[in-house]
Amino acid sequence: MADSIEKVSIVVSKGSLEGVYPGLIMANGARMEGIEASLFFTFFGLDVIREDRIDKIKVGTVGNPGMHMPTWIGAIPGMSWIATKMMSRQMDKIDIPPVREFVEMISDSGGKLYACQATVDMYGLTMDDFIPQVEKVLTVGEFYELSAGGEIIFT
Amino acid sequence: MTTVTLAGTPVEVDPEGFLEKPEQWTKEMGEEIARSAGIEKLTERHWQVIDFMRKTYLDTGSAPSMRALGKTSGVAIKELYELFPKGPAKLAAKIGGIPKPRGCV
Repeated sequence: MADSIEKVSIVVSKGSLEGVYPGLIMANGARMEGIEASLFFTFFGLDVIREDRIDKIKVGTVGNPGMHMPTWIGAIPGMSWIATKMMSRQMDKIDIPPVREFVEMISDSGGKLYACQATVDMYGLTMDDFIPQVEKVLTVGEFYELSAGGEIIFT
Repeated sequence: MTTVTLAGTPVEVDPEGFLEKPEQWTKEMGEEIARSAGIEKLTERHWQVIDFMRKTYLDTGSAPSMRALGKTSGVAIKELYELFPKGPAKLAAKIGGIPKPRGCV
């Protein structure tokens, strides 16, 4: 079956709510289709698997043209909190879970979670800083090895 | 639209093999679809998921999301994937004789 995707590796490099959801939705969607899925968290994307940050991921309201509001309004204290609340509510309506629940769901469905070695070194983190669903810390080389034969998606 | 014979009865299916008319479905057809999808024997747990999918579809007009399936079918996500490794929502819908779920989650 050359015309069907059997395996995907998704890189999550952003730390904003709107930056992390696409990768999570694609990973979960892959599992729903019976496609093997791995998530590789790098740079600010690492927040998704950090125990201290996973529940604090917010919508970026400054310098985000997609918000369609002047940058100075986005900079008002509390604006990001409000935008996050609003987006979360909308997503809950269409059954997209909050980040922590979503990550648990992907893990339970057989999706694998990995942390990027360079970022882990940069922040001086260890496996203890991560949520239990994280499989291991990978170098870029190991990530490519693991992704062999599949599609790589960068988000 | 294609017509195939399932459990001795001709039924209309879409290109992926999902029944076009849920009312044509019988349990025996479900078992036959399951076998061709690689599930030899449907257990009580399989049926719990299939019945839930079918009931939700018939009641609401759309199949439940994966999240809803995991939360309300009585079978958790992990077991759902053990029962239907090639995609629980998709496969249970196919076996249960309802259209392919259209949701993204």
